[in-house]
Amino acid sequence: MEKIYLYTRFERFWHWLQGLLIILLIITGFEIHSTYSILGFENAFKIHNYAAWTWLILFIFIIFWMSITGEWRQYIPTMKKIFDVMMYYAFYIFKGYPHPVPKSKRKKHNPLQRITYLAIVSFLIPYQIITGFLYYFYNELPKSMVIKDLSLLGALHTIGAFAFIVFLIIHVYMTTTGHTWTAHIKSMFTGWEEVDNPHEIEEWEVKKQAKAEK
Amino acid sequence: MNIASNEARCTSCHAGYGWKDKNFDFSNEEKVDCLVCHDQSLEYKKFPSGAGYPSKEDKYFEGQLFKKPDFNKSAQSVGLPGRHNCGACHFNGGGGDGVKHGDLDSSLIDPPYELDVHMSKDGGNFSCARCHTTVEHKIAGRCYKTPAFTDRKSVLDDDMVKRISCVSCHTETPHKEVKKLNDHTDKVSCQACHIPAFARKNPTKMYWDWSTGGKLKDGKPYVTMDEEMNRIKYMSKKGDFTWKKNVEPEYFWFNGSMEYTLLTDKIDPSDPPVKLNRVMGDMNDEKSRIYPFKVHKAKQPYDKKNNTMAAVHLFGNDKTSYWKNFHWGNAIQAAMDYMELPYSGEYDFIETEYHFPTTHMVAPAKNALSCKECHSRNGRLKKMAGFYMPGRDSFGFIDKTGFALIILSLCTVFVHGIIRIFSSSKKE
Repeated sequence: MEKIYLYTRFERFWHWLQGLLIILLIITGFEIHSTYSILGFENAFKIHNYAAWTWLILFIFIIFWMSITGEWRQYIPTMKKIFDVMMYYAFYIFKGYPHPVPKSKRKKHNPLQRITYLAIVSFLIPYQIITGFLYYFYNELPKSMVIKDLSLLGALHTIGAFAFIVFLIIHVYMTTTGHTWTAHIKSMFTGWEEVDNPHEIEEWEVKKQAKAEK
Repeated sequence: MNIASNEARCTSCHAGYGWKDKNFDFSNEEKVDCLVCHDQSLEYKKFPSGAGYPSKEDKYFEGQLFKKPDFNKSAQSVGLPGRHNCGACHFNGGGGDGVKHGDLDSSLIDPPYELDVHMSKDGGNFSCARCHTTVEHKIAGRCYKTPAFTDRKSVLDDDMVKRISCVSCHTETPHKEVKKLNDHTDKVSCQACHIPAFARKNPTKMYWDWSTGGKLKDGKPYVTMDEEMNRIKYMSKKGDFTWKKNVEPEYFWFNGSMEYTLLTDKIDPSDPPVKLNRVMGDMNDEKSRIYPFKVHKAKQPYDKKNNTMAAVHLFGNDKTSYWKNFHWGNAIQAAMDYMELPYSGEYDFIETEYHFPTTHMVAPAKNALSCKECHSRNGRLKKMAGFYMPGRDSFGFIDKTGFALIILSLCTVFVHGIIRIFSSSKKE
């Protein structure tokens, strides 16, 4: 067992701030959606907007950070071993087998994470930003635009919200699948992750990275 | 109820000198009562049953003294109409303070700021004519015109705008702090939020049951009081009244026009209440807004065979007037004959509704409706259908599917976790 520094300070910051914003947006969003009444419509509306703007700014920073640090490479999708990873979580995890793609200093994410996170960053978040903006600026939309009914935008934005909740549930649960129940969560606070055999990086992973670095 | 056959009583407000029967000449300018609007001595009063004339000598009406006017004093006092001039009729429409309108009563003579920011001394201190501008004695009303007044123009755009509306001074984008509120003004009237309730100081009449009229004590008509409201509760002449204070309005799409049920219009007695006037407007109409209304309900006589509303001869010193003889059949017959309208001879009472737009008694901004008054499941706009409103509406299918997915993922991780605990403890 060895400790490796996996998550830098800014990475941890944006992760937790993003988490907080998502939870705030979900709580207030479903109040605006009339599912329940906790904060009152006006408060929910205000917090939802502040959180949305904050996230937009943060998102721009994240993308900027990813592109200049080269961390975007962590999100290059691959099908390699993705089936092994799925099998691991579905079956071998119960038998105590080791993870087929363990974390290493240069590899934060297994293939399943890569695809999931890439999809969220490139589809779900932009989708939610766009539907959210159209919703907010509904009155300013040109009359020629097809959207004549607020309910369509409400519905689209709600679908995105459900997708976030499902992700959140599974994501939070998956953090407990480290070598102890809290290992992953701890490392997202400290930056340090305890890893078995940290030097064993699979050849295909390095190759891919080398190629990308060219 | 009808003016016709009751002129001498009703025309103390439905104004002019000597409108005592149906032959009144409306084109005769000599019949116009200048003083009722321009007297500033506060002493000039029309006698309630004098067909629009003040009393010729000092005379009592229902215990109140009506003096013979001092015309010299009145004439020397003339000035621009004040609130008491307009209010003498408009606060007392329907026969008393706050009977007709929920947003117009004697509390507006000197309203506190909380009641009316425009008319209060601590606010705008406006007279009625500040908004109800006039051109050659033609007074700008707001709603009783066809076609409706829909020019929502700022005085900056057109300083000769003939009828002042909220927008004339406040513009279409008056909200500076929470800008989202400006996104409402294309669909929601200012009044809808800024008049949270009407009759906030004096009570207004909400229900008038004519059918219980005519009860006598020792052979004489009588009156009982609603002590709490300090208003009449029962009157042999008029039936039962229900008064209310601080009433939440009802809301409808309104383009400024009303349609009226006339005495010659057929009604459907199987589907009460009969709407004596109908609020015109539609959510898809650019000119329509969601607007607050006082809905005055009543029980009134109608012709059972002809299916029309019935006029009643109420006032008069004769053998048929209801207030003298308390016989509905004769009183209806007399009024219908007088108006030369058919009457089958059979009457009954039917529930009716009359809609009064609410536009006065604008509250201070801090007392305007909060979002959740409408943006909630059981909010004020619960009944308004056909459009999506955040906080009120949801999507059945999407919500069900979404919550099902949430439950499914929770179950999955729960079962997964249980198996992990179970299998790891077995290993140990």
